[in-house]
Amino acid sequence: METLTFQYPAGRPGRTRALVGCVGSGDLEVLLEPADEGQLTIQVITSVNGASHRWQQLFERMFNSQTPPALHIDIHDFGATPGVVRLRLEQGFEEVGHD
Amino acid sequence: MTDHARLLNHRTFTELGARERARALLDRGSFRELVDPFERLISPWLPGQGIVTQADDGVVIAKGTLEGEPAVIAAIEGAFQGGSMGEVGGAKIAAALELAAEDNRKGIPTRACLLLETGGVRLQEANLGLAAIAEIQAAIVDLRRYQAVVGVIAGPVGCFGGMSIAAGLCSHLIVTREARLGLNGPQVIEQEAGIEEFDSRDRPFIWSLTGGEQRHATGLADAYVADDLEAVRNEVLRCMAGGPVEQTRSRRHAQYLARLATLGTPCPLLTAADVRDLYKENDQ
Repeated sequence: METLTFQYPAGRPGRTRALVGCVGSGDLEVLLEPADEGQLTIQVITSVNGASHRWQQLFERMFNSQTPPALHIDIHDFGATPGVVRLRLEQGFEEVGHD
Repeated sequence: MTDHARLLNHRTFTELGARERARALLDRGSFRELVDPFERLISPWLPGQGIVTQADDGVVIAKGTLEGEPAVIAAIEGAFQGGSMGEVGGAKIAAALELAAEDNRKGIPTRACLLLETGGVRLQEANLGLAAIAEIQAAIVDLRRYQAVVGVIAGPVGCFGGMSIAAGLCSHLIVTREARLGLNGPQVIEQEAGIEEFDSRDRPFIWSLTGGEQRHATGLADAYVADDLEAVRNEVLRCMAGGPVEQTRSRRHAQYLARLATLGTPCPLLTAADVRDLYKENDQ
C-alpha cells in the first residue's frame, strides 16, 4: 500500500461534492470535494506499490487537455487500470459539474 | 422469442451497489445518508495491515421513507472486502437498528431493512467484528418486537458467517436465485469436510444446497423474488406492512433441532431433495 499526493492548477471550484466507484477488485473509490479556486489536490492511496509515475502520467495527460475544476480528490485504489481510473475521474467531474 | 420490451424495461437489483440499492428502495427523494463517506469513518485496522480502506467501510446507512412511513436501510457493499463486517461498518448497522428501536419506543414507527451481502466477520478485525455482529443480532431481536425487520439477500456475494445468523433472526428474509445463505462458505466446508463431500468449485451443487431457491423451498427464507428492483421493493413493502411477526423462525428452533436430531451421527450425505423433504416435515 502506498500514499501519493499530487497538485495541479485548476479553474473554478466544483459546484458540489461527489463520490464515485468502490474499493472493489480492479476498481477505485473517488471522493471529490470543492476546494479554493485555482487549486486541485489529489491524494491517492493505492494497493499497488511503485506506480507513482503511472498516476502522474495519467493525471498530466488528462489535465493537459482539460482544465479541471478546483477540488480536493481522495482516491482509494484497489488495482484499477489507467482506463478505469480515467473513466471514474471523468464520471466524478461530470457529477461535481451538476447541481 | 426474446421479449425485448421486458428485457429493456427490467431494472436489476443485484447489479446495483449498496448506495444505489438503498436509494432505489426508499421513496423517491427521501434518501438521506447517515455517517456518509465524506465523514471518513474508516476502519482503523486495515491500513496497518496494508489494506486500502473505503470511506464508508462498506456499509451505507440510509434514512428515508417507505410508502410514507419512516424507514432505515442498512446496505452492505459486497464488492469491498467481500462485504465483511468490521468494527466500524458493524457499529453503523447496530446503531441504526438500535436507534430505530428507540424511535419505536418514542412512538415513531421506524422500520428497518437489511441488504445483506457479506461473507461474515472481517478476519482482519477479528473479535471487534464479531462483537459488532453480536450487537447487530441483539438489535434485530429488540427491534422486531415493534416492527417487521426485513432482510434481503440478493447476491452475488450471499450471506455467511455470523451475519447468516443475523439473517435468520430477521422477521422476514427475501432471497433471489442469485442469493446464497449459509453459516460457512463453500471453501470453508470443503476444507473441513473434504473435496469428496463438498466441492466448492461445483457451482450448481453449491447453489442446489445453499442457493436462494433451495433456502426458500426449505422455509429458511420467506420470499423468493426475481432479480428485479420493483419485485424486491414490492416484497419489502409487503413484509413491512404485516407488522411484527410473533412466531419468528428463531423462536421455532426446537422444531428444527428435533428434525436435525433424526439424522443421527454420522449424518448421511443429503441431496438438495432430501433436505427439502426433511424441512417440509418440519413445517407440519
